[in-house]
Amino acid sequence: MRIVKAVLTLFLALWAGSAVAADKEFKVGFIYVSPVGDAGWSYSHDLGRQAIEALDGVTTSYVEAVPEGPDSERVMTNMARKDFDIVVATSFGYMDPMLKVAKQFPKTVFLHCSGFKTAENMGNFFGRMYQARYLSGMVAGAMTKSNTIGYVAAFPIPEVIRGINAFTLGVRAVNPKATVRVVWTKTWYDPATEKEAGKSLLDVGADVVAQHQDSPGPQEAAQEKGVYSIGYNSDMSAFAPKAHLTAPVWNWKVYYTKVIDEVRKGTWKAGAVWPGMAEGIVDLAPFGPMVPKELQDKVNAEKARIIAGEQKIFVGPIKDQSGAVKLAAGAVASDEELLGMTWFVDGVIGTTK
Amino acid sequence: MSLLRIAKRQEPLGVGGSCCVLAAALALSLTLAGVFLALGGTSPLSALSVLLHGAFGSRHALEDCVLKAIPIYLCALGVAVAFRLKIWNIGAEGQFALGAIGATWAALTFPELPKIALLPLMAAMAMAAGGLWGLVPAILRQRLRTNEIIVTLMMNYIAVLLLDYLVYGAWKDPTSFGFPMTPLFSDSAIIGRIGGTTINWGLAHCLVLGLLVWAFFRFTRTGFAVLAGGDNVRAARYAGLPYDRLVFLVMAVSGALAGWAGFVEASATVNRLQPSIMVGYGYTAIVVAWLARLHPLAIGVAALLLAGLRVGVENLQLDLQVPAAFGGIIEGAILLTVLAGGFFTTYRFTRRRRP
Repeated sequence: MRIVKAVLTLFLALWAGSAVAADKEFKVGFIYVSPVGDAGWSYSHDLGRQAIEALDGVTTSYVEAVPEGPDSERVMTNMARKDFDIVVATSFGYMDPMLKVAKQFPKTVFLHCSGFKTAENMGNFFGRMYQARYLSGMVAGAMTKSNTIGYVAAFPIPEVIRGINAFTLGVRAVNPKATVRVVWTKTWYDPATEKEAGKSLLDVGADVVAQHQDSPGPQEAAQEKGVYSIGYNSDMSAFAPKAHLTAPVWNWKVYYTKVIDEVRKGTWKAGAVWPGMAEGIVDLAPFGPMVPKELQDKVNAEKARIIAGEQKIFVGPIKDQSGAVKLAAGAVASDEELLGMTWFVDGVIGTTK
Repeated sequence: MSLLRIAKRQEPLGVGGSCCVLAAALALSLTLAGVFLALGGTSPLSALSVLLHGAFGSRHALEDCVLKAIPIYLCALGVAVAFRLKIWNIGAEGQFALGAIGATWAALTFPELPKIALLPLMAAMAMAAGGLWGLVPAILRQRLRTNEIIVTLMMNYIAVLLLDYLVYGAWKDPTSFGFPMTPLFSDSAIIGRIGGTTINWGLAHCLVLGLLVWAFFRFTRTGFAVLAGGDNVRAARYAGLPYDRLVFLVMAVSGALAGWAGFVEASATVNRLQPSIMVGYGYTAIVVAWLARLHPLAIGVAALLLAGLRVGVENLQLDLQVPAAFGGIIEGAILLTVLAGGFFTTYRFTRRRRP
């Protein structure tokens, strides 16, 4: 062990001085919860990162596959110490660690995705993915023949529940007889488990499978069975060209370019922002060739209504699974209600546990 | 024709020789890692410098390393106790989870207790929960002849699901917008930091528990019985050692130590219970215990080394955009070369003479 220590000390002496010197570039660091090669959530954020990397005077870097909790706190602290101007954390579990780090480094701007806490130098952002989910639900509802649609879901947290509800509202808007069956995988990225979960839904008669995870596993399950699927995060049609109807997708570039511009100009203010389809942060992937033209037009018309602010999706009357009215006729759900959603709308088969 | 022949050494290599083998193994693994980096288009030397700098190159880095090494050390200390008796406890992960659950129960049930009463209570509950979780596979093994590797491994999944069940259900913080986490612990349930550092007092727990485990094997009769039983079960039984009870004991102690790690992690670093507390320390612990040949002091060094590697790899990603998987590759290479190097402490190559 002594020798090991001696070797280590030697290395240290050799390279301690060669620490990377700070340059005047505007530095933005990203923390991802999964590897960027996952074609899903982190991949979609990384596309946004690449877009701002291309801007003049901006350099970016990222650390991938960082577990939520104490490890993320260390990575963020490390970035702040290395004089990153903005630190972006893209998973819910990074929220509390980021809050701690933000207090220690008041000059750094911290941006957290998908949470609800803010500080003077920490903002949070998310996108109204439920708008795109609603549209994808319309597609699924129109394409199903068995009137059973499967939904492979990650964790019973408000973000996912909100997505399932919006999807179901979309399904029911075009096909009141259809139901959405939910299976929880308790994973964000586990191709095998997620594919199996997709298969289990097909076995109970679903002929369209939607998903809320980062792997294309459920898409592959649908393709193998010869039925349809709805992707998520990014256009997943490459994984299941025959099954992929469309996908609600993220377009983080829109937000990242805007926020960096604001921070550089000094006009950025900490707060919670929740842009949607109108801003372009969420969208629907191109339709597959099997989606009929009339349906495409119908969905696009609804999309135009969402962008115009005429279609707010969670508008009463909305009942929960037990039939109790959760949202009175004409009432529009507030952002607080949406962010803390823990119940399923009528038409979902499954539990929020 | 002259060929190499493998011969058993008359005596195992001494400390000096073993260190040489270890250093050579580490150098070999780093070289292998360097080759991978070079294939990926990164300069191995600058990568090594960034890695070491990120792991041990500054006070912050060292503090981060020690912080991360604390739970790994406690889990590894635990599995090493069971491994001494050649009981293959792969269940430190689950015992860690149970420890965190036990400590959290105490923290949430008696938040008003003063620190001096609450922390020991949390530790006791963590040890009890982890110890019992370890005892179950031991009893199954001795009574029903089940394989403890399988049972401890399967119980890890049960433990994690139990943890999920609690944080998604009964213990969920009502103000968390439905997200799975317990409320923050009260101040008296949080292990503080040492002086002006970011290191928590869990480090002191490691020192005391490590010393106790060392003393147990060095000075006590039961400790000797465990070592003897580990060397030869039949001989131990023949000599009248209570083998069943030894198995129960080591598994309970093993589980209690991993449970203690769960307590320290929940209390000192996460300050609450949430699913992301499970980051695989229980599995890392197995690697650490083997690298250290089960010796309490060496486990400390190995835990620091692996913690440093994980911390350093983050730095490598940040500065050179090396993929996260690279950390796993180095870790695997180190384990492989060091274990293979163990061969040279008992065997040597000699030249075969011409007939």
